[in-house]
Amino acid sequence: MSFARHMLIVGGIALALWGMAYGLWYAVFAEHQALDGIGASLSTSFASAAERRPEGAHAALGQYRETKYVYDRQVDVHSHWIGLAMILIVLGIALDRVIFAERIKLALSLAAFLGAVFFPLGVLLQTVDRGSTPGSIAVVGSALLIIALIGFAFGFVRTRLRPDARAN
Amino acid sequence: MSSLPTTIASESFAPLGARRLLLLGGIGLIIVGMIVGDIFAVFILHQNASRVGASLAGAAHAALAGDAAAARSHFQDVGAFLENRGTKVDTHVHMIDFGYLALLLAILEPWIAFSPAAKRRIAWLFLLGAWLLPIGVFLIHYVGLAHSPFQSIGWASVFADFGGFLILVALLSFLAGLWKHFRAPHRQLQKDQLMTSCVAATPVLLSGGVVLIVLGFLSGAWYAGFDLYNHEAQDFTNLSEMTSAAASNDATTVDRALNEYGQLQGDKAVKIAAHAHAIEFGLLAMMLAFFQPYVALSEVWRRRWATILLLGSLMLPICVFLELRYGLVAGGLADVGGLLVILALFAMWIGILRYTGHLDAGGTEFRQETRA
Repeated sequence: MSFARHMLIVGGIALALWGMAYGLWYAVFAEHQALDGIGASLSTSFASAAERRPEGAHAALGQYRETKYVYDRQVDVHSHWIGLAMILIVLGIALDRVIFAERIKLALSLAAFLGAVFFPLGVLLQTVDRGSTPGSIAVVGSALLIIALIGFAFGFVRTRLRPDARAN
Repeated sequence: MSSLPTTIASESFAPLGARRLLLLGGIGLIIVGMIVGDIFAVFILHQNASRVGASLAGAAHAALAGDAAAARSHFQDVGAFLENRGTKVDTHVHMIDFGYLALLLAILEPWIAFSPAAKRRIAWLFLLGAWLLPIGVFLIHYVGLAHSPFQSIGWASVFADFGGFLILVALLSFLAGLWKHFRAPHRQLQKDQLMTSCVAATPVLLSGGVVLIVLGFLSGAWYAGFDLYNHEAQDFTNLSEMTSAAASNDATTVDRALNEYGQLQGDKAVKIAAHAHAIEFGLLAMMLAFFQPYVALSEVWRRRWATILLLGSLMLPICVFLELRYGLVAGGLADVGGLLVILALFAMWIGILRYTGHLDAGGTEFRQETRA
């Protein structure tokens, strides 16, 4: 098995396990608390408005915004890590059908793997740091993924043009 | 005339073999999951979304009337509606995702270093869990806590969790088999020409699948770059306007903010759905590409069904994306796209079933009847 294929399949399985473990931790220790927080702050906000206390309503909505910002990103990170892991595994299995030189396949696989790890990681870091660094990590990660996938698409298209790769 | 790759039907593709079970069971799960999703979308989800919107409007108007207790009670209604919606969506999503997992396991099957009988038992375990979990999740809303010995968990939840446990056991077993294969000093890979066999539909689905995934990624990147932060700000602004206007008894602003909030949720939902569906269909196309040599249809029809699958996979997300602008027309076309995917999947499923039938009846002598 080539190193590129090994990286995609073993890395994909490891990333899927990591994403599932993160999801399990999140479901047990964070999700219900976050959902309760979102519901409670919305309810408090509207009840405060009914009691004609706009400042109380505004404060509760501020809490809602903060909790929802973190909740959305944490859920996205979980699903993206697992989804990207599945794509890595399938790409690894299909790697023989990518008609490029080995070093190009290795570069594409490395870009896809790094992108799959760092894009959700950047999104997750946004929950603890609102600066530009986490966003940049996510952008670079997603760019790596998109470039790698475009490369793989070209490699698969070339399969059609090779006479020896046609129907058996 | 071209022969079907009968040699790839090693012991793993024997009657009730692990690969056959996972492949047919996986496609079956995806087809049922998609049909169930369509039924939910038409008869339950949209109505439920309206009720959630109506409850929010009720809370806003209760706040406008100065009734704090009613405002809180409307949010409790929202919780119940969201549970109904959540269990339906989870049923649909889990069926399809378990179908994807089954296809992935079917591809990896030769690398799992267990005996065929052990692999068959694990495959059955996986499929049992894959059906039990979504059915249990679907019933949670209806069964509730009836006859349950637990305080907050009903029987439906217990069965759903048991299904999840079976899947976990099956996946860990497959993983142990993979580990055993990779750790073996002299790896003996089961002969599997499926990895090298190529019919015309294979590269069509592989390249088309990757293109769909790239389109999904690009739409996601566009959403994250240009819409996400605006949507988050708009969400806060609309809710803030609702509560401020309610506190100052301004009914016109409350209604305008409610209307804008509804449109915002719709905009968010269609963009995220388009992004997710493009990627999911792309992955499905890629996985189905490997099994095209098993589809016992003529070369022309294999290519046609592959093209139809890709066409539907492209139509559905694009039309979902356009739903807010073009309303029912785009929604109807999105449903047509979904139907094309279901039809193509069903045709491939029948083709694989034909192949297994011929294989069981005629052994290795079976040749495909191709019509040029």
